[in-house]
Amino acid sequence: MARIIVVTSGKGGVGKTTTSAALSMGLALKGHRTAVVDFDIGLRNLDLIMGCERRVVYDFVNVINGESTLNQALIRDKRCENLYILPASQTRDKDALTDEGVEKVLNELSETFEYIVCDSPAGIERGAHLAMYYADDAVVVTNPEISSVRDSDRMLGILSSKSRRAELGQDSIKEYLLLTRYSPQRARLGEMLSVSDVQEILALHLLGVIPESRSVLNASNSGAPVILDDKSDAGQAYSDVVKRYLGEDAPHRFIEEEKKGLFNRIFGG
Amino acid sequence: MGLLGYFKSTRQTSASVAKERLQILVAHERLSRERSPDYLANMQRELLEVIRRYVDVDQDAITVTMEQDENREVLELNIVLPDESVSRLGVKR
Repeated sequence: MARIIVVTSGKGGVGKTTTSAALSMGLALKGHRTAVVDFDIGLRNLDLIMGCERRVVYDFVNVINGESTLNQALIRDKRCENLYILPASQTRDKDALTDEGVEKVLNELSETFEYIVCDSPAGIERGAHLAMYYADDAVVVTNPEISSVRDSDRMLGILSSKSRRAELGQDSIKEYLLLTRYSPQRARLGEMLSVSDVQEILALHLLGVIPESRSVLNASNSGAPVILDDKSDAGQAYSDVVKRYLGEDAPHRFIEEEKKGLFNRIFGG
Repeated sequence: MGLLGYFKSTRQTSASVAKERLQILVAHERLSRERSPDYLANMQRELLEVIRRYVDVDQDAITVTMEQDENREVLELNIVLPDESVSRLGVKR
């Protein structure tokens, strides 16, 4: 039985796909057979972030409609043999995802994979709902910005009431907070909500903090999940996230500013 | 905090304003989520249909709220009748 992880947020542009790519790659690099599924029908982008856009032949909707088998649609990552990508359909509209279809595909993936990472579309419409419905764990990606925090809270309400686990009366989905695009310096200056502010408002277990970093854009430019850039701060932060998710001990980094020189300490601000 | 920081610290920062606004908003939205079960919206619509068979009321003349305390739930239904019959129907359960 696979563990199903949804990467969700409500708000768009906060880093769901970046996180899905990094998390799935991280789990696969740790030796776990992992599939990452793009639920953003009509606005497929995971393939670009994973760098496999030219290898897409069949997609999620083809599998649901029986136009291809699951194995035909799954793309094996060239960098890590444990990782497979199921791309979203680019042409059809989002109603092409059916409850039964999604359940069937996730069940089939569960037979051979340890982890299934579901990259949710933004919003709270059908695609987002189906991405989280079957989840065991939820990574709520949030920016330190009011609209994102509010949308995340809204998403938490949906996770706790509209998921399969909620409807069947099972243990609720495990929810984790992932704060992205964080700037410790701006938080210190009072220009940005701090990690503890966001945690206090959402009351969630903190899975990790990803610093605002050039490496994220570099990674998507080149189609390599940022976690592969192990020299970058964001790459290291995502590696820590994977470790923490797997229960390993990894102290939080990138929450505090780096030590500054004497000059900055006197006149800093 | 640097020297310059001491002079700035008396002013409320934008982050603390954001935090306050969010805390109020989130608390309010959570409360309304907990208080309104999914069926409330549908029930409100159906009640309105029934009432309109007998009385000519506006679309927004009916409000349904659910309140909860430790030992009871109160479902409150408020219908504003048209001007001729200035009265309010309060149905409580």
